[in-house]
Amino acid sequence: MDFDALLLSRLQFAFVVAFHIMFPAFTIGLAAFLAVCEGLWLATKRDVFKRLYLHWIKIFALAFAMGVVSGVVMSYQFGTNWAVFSDKAGSVIGPLLGYEVLTAFFLEATFLGVMLFGWKRVGRKLHFIATLAVAIGTSISAFWILSANSWMQTPVGFDVDPETGNLFATDWMAVIFNPSFPSRYVHMMLAAFITTAAVVLAAGGYQILRGRNSEPTKWQIRMAAGTLLVLMPFQIWAGHWSGEVAHHHQPAKVAAIEGWWDTADEQGTVLFGFPDEEAERNIAEIEIPGTSKFLFSAEGPLKGLKAFPDTERPPVFIVFWAFRIMVAAGLAMLFMGGWGVVLWLRNKIDKPALFHWLAVPTGVMGFVAVITGWIVAEVGRQPYTVYGVLRTEDSVSPVEVSSVATSLIVFMVVYAIIFTAGVVYMARIATRGFVDDKTDPPQKENRAPGSAFGSVDDPAETPSDTIATDKEG
Amino acid sequence: MDLPLIWSLLIATAVMLYVLLDGSDLGIGMLTAFAKSDHERNMMTATIEPVWDGNETWLILGGGGLFAAFPLAYAVLMPAFYIPVLIMLAALIFRGVAFEFRHKAVRKPTKLFWNGAFAYGSLAAALAQGFILGGFIQGVEAADRGFTGGTFDWFTPFTVLTALSVAGGYMLLGSCWLVLKTEGDIQKGCLKWAKRMTIFVLIAMGAVSLATLSIDPRVTARWGIDMQAFNFGKFLPLAPIPLIAGILFALIWRDLALRFDKAPDWRPMIYAAGLFLTGYLGLAISLFPYLVPFQYDIWQTAARDNALMLMLVGAGIMLPIILAYTVYVYSLFWGKVDPDEAYHD
Ligand code: HDD
Ligand code: HEM
Ligand code: HEM
Repeated sequence: MDFDALLLSRLQFAFVVAFHIMFPAFTIGLAAFLAVCEGLWLATKRDVFKRLYLHWIKIFALAFAMGVVSGVVMSYQFGTNWAVFSDKAGSVIGPLLGYEVLTAFFLEATFLGVMLFGWKRVGRKLHFIATLAVAIGTSISAFWILSANSWMQTPVGFDVDPETGNLFATDWMAVIFNPSFPSRYVHMMLAAFITTAAVVLAAGGYQILRGRNSEPTKWQIRMAAGTLLVLMPFQIWAGHWSGEVAHHHQPAKVAAIEGWWDTADEQGTVLFGFPDEEAERNIAEIEIPGTSKFLFSAEGPLKGLKAFPDTERPPVFIVFWAFRIMVAAGLAMLFMGGWGVVLWLRNKIDKPALFHWLAVPTGVMGFVAVITGWIVAEVGRQPYTVYGVLRTEDSVSPVEVSSVATSLIVFMVVYAIIFTAGVVYMARIATRGFVDDKTDPPQKENRAPGSAFGSVDDPAETPSDTIATDKEG
Repeated sequence: MDLPLIWSLLIATAVMLYVLLDGSDLGIGMLTAFAKSDHERNMMTATIEPVWDGNETWLILGGGGLFAAFPLAYAVLMPAFYIPVLIMLAALIFRGVAFEFRHKAVRKPTKLFWNGAFAYGSLAAALAQGFILGGFIQGVEAADRGFTGGTFDWFTPFTVLTALSVAGGYMLLGSCWLVLKTEGDIQKGCLKWAKRMTIFVLIAMGAVSLATLSIDPRVTARWGIDMQAFNFGKFLPLAPIPLIAGILFALIWRDLALRFDKAPDWRPMIYAAGLFLTGYLGLAISLFPYLVPFQYDIWQTAARDNALMLMLVGAGIMLPIILAYTVYVYSLFWGKVDPDEAYHD
């Protein structure tokens, strides 16, 4: 177990998990958006919601497939690269991941099939139930995986086996609902909705710039801007909550986030600066002094990084800047949401303007915030995998450097290929707009399922007829 | 209650279901390499598009279950099979996204690329699984709760044999599934493949069985054979397994070759699944109770009882529900595949 295998394993884990999280962040939000659209369609029978649904489900299918395949990689990473961690923490964290598979993954995967291919076989209501099952499945899976991750951040309810040194649970409720879980779950779910809203906004903006603004385009850009404006304040609150929790349980992380070196009763907010780990200070610092009394409800002095020995500090520079990028991305999305709603109220949102030009790059802001947010959380908890209990350097597998180097390169190449292709295909659909979409799903069969090839739709039926008369669902 | 024993049976069942369900999907993937037209290829993939994701989830349950229930086994086996697991994951990535991407590609080279990724990704995943199986059977070096062997221990003549057998076996499953789900010319072509693969699997199963017997004296003894003599009393209770396998070969051959017109389409699939089951049972009997052959058994590698119990409650409630809705979705998509059903453009 040498240092290089450790470093490469960390790089590999960071790379594959950062790749993976982009797709859950998008699919959790998109599944909810699709459920809303289909629900509205069933309730109001308005064509526009059906068209939104049929449009975004194509993108959803692509993103979901990429989320699944990158997730399968994750579930084997623990063993291949973090074997000692798996052995030591398996009795605590294993069941949480086991529950994720049992309660969420099967639900998502099975009903995804109905959602994508079941139009002809089931009625409308059943189809809607399949969409709901997928949306609920994604949020259950986030529940379990975030519970596992949060337990690693704030481990409680466990003990150490004196014989093997392995951890085991003493109180499952405490393990599952560990101190950092509620805030992390809320913050992550909101992050997913916000990320999706930003993408939908970007697609709408692009279509309007290109003059492809059909009815669904108008709806989607309004829905997206409204969602951003409503959810972002909650997200700032949830982020603040996460910070409070981290402050109680991982003070070194918060010191790194804030760029505090010295311990003091009152700390400032560093807006800008370059933490210098050698000199233990910030270069070119711009600080608002004395803000801590508004931000942290703490008794006693606020610890700076110098209060922790070298071996207990996370990499400061990364955490410090990742945090600022996340917050900046969040504020940018809040601003775009607000601007969009103002334009909407003044009836100007459907005409190309500067707003639409800026909306397009806003599409990536959610992903930026999600990845930098995870970097804050994960790098900030170094040098531990299970905080205060199991160090990262003691978690790694006994595999050769050359193996890890190979796997890292393989994943980089494979992910580069599928990421490029996936983004190109998704962008092609999203930017094309609604003009040449199918306007109706395949119809429910009248004949017995299983009869051959006779799939001709009744040409006498126009789309609007079908909606009015189709009651069998 | 012997929780480790229960969990070993549950995980064995999950892996078995994976092999039958996604094994068919991978087999079909390999067979698409021989499709005569894009229409034919689309028909073949359409037979599994609604279900492949659910099928792959059994692999996650197998891996995740091993982590959760037998962390030590997971911690020893995964580093031991680092390279084949890597190949399997990379291959499954290509196979999985190709389901979607091959419909979205518009230009000829990209279309070819994703069709190739689908077929060869399936092949590579099947071979990698076969290498893992072979490496597992031949045993893994370990000490002090960690893997101590070499990076390429899993690559031996024996594992090459198991890799080819698994790939061939998956093609048998896949071709039988296609016989069930397609009609006309496509079905005729698949029937031919099913026949070829039956012969291949007959030879492969025989070879793997014999080779397994020579792996370790403990395995041989389990089947009643030791240095001096053949212990008939030990063999007799196990004799039905090879016997049933033999009968299934005869039945599947009769259906495929002799009087296919009279045999219902679903029968070869059932027989092929039965064949896999007998092979799997035979292996389980050879290796039980090792989970890291021949180092750690299921009790040494098991997680704490309270973890196993917690998960048993979950599995007890959820597995029947999962099986029920899986059956429901399969029955929903029952019958010959309809070329027009896909949501794709
Ligand atoms: C916040 C949510 C979240 C987070 C932090 C993670 N995942 Fe994930 N994962 C999901 C949310 C999710 C998701 C929304 O359920 C899926 C389904 C499809 C998708 O795009 O993401 C998913 C898919 C997915 C799959 C495929 C499941 C299927 O077949 O449907 C596996 C095996 C994992 N993940 C495993 C992991 C592991 C081991 C992680 C941690 C290291 C991880 N995920 C982080
Ligand atoms: C999906 C969102 C996640 C992201 C983006 C993420 C990101 C990261 C990053 C960037 C590192 C590297 C830190 C470093 O090396 O300095 C890391 C480490 C790690 N994370 Fe996460 N993580 C996520 C979720 C999880 C979850 C859910 C778990 C466990 C259940 C987990 C377990 C680990 C482990 C074991 C390490 C140790 C490897 C290391 O320290 O490098 N992560 N993660
Ligand atoms: C604008 C105000 C925000 C604040 C004050 C804030 C605060 C925080 C803090 C303190 C953490 C670390 C939590 C921990 O390590 O325990 C965190 C993590 C995270 N943030 Fe934010 N955040 C904000 C905005 C956003 C936005 C807009 C997104 C995404 C759209 C986002 C996504 C994430 C994610 C995915 C994580 C990692 C998971 C977690 O630990 O909760 N954040 N955030």
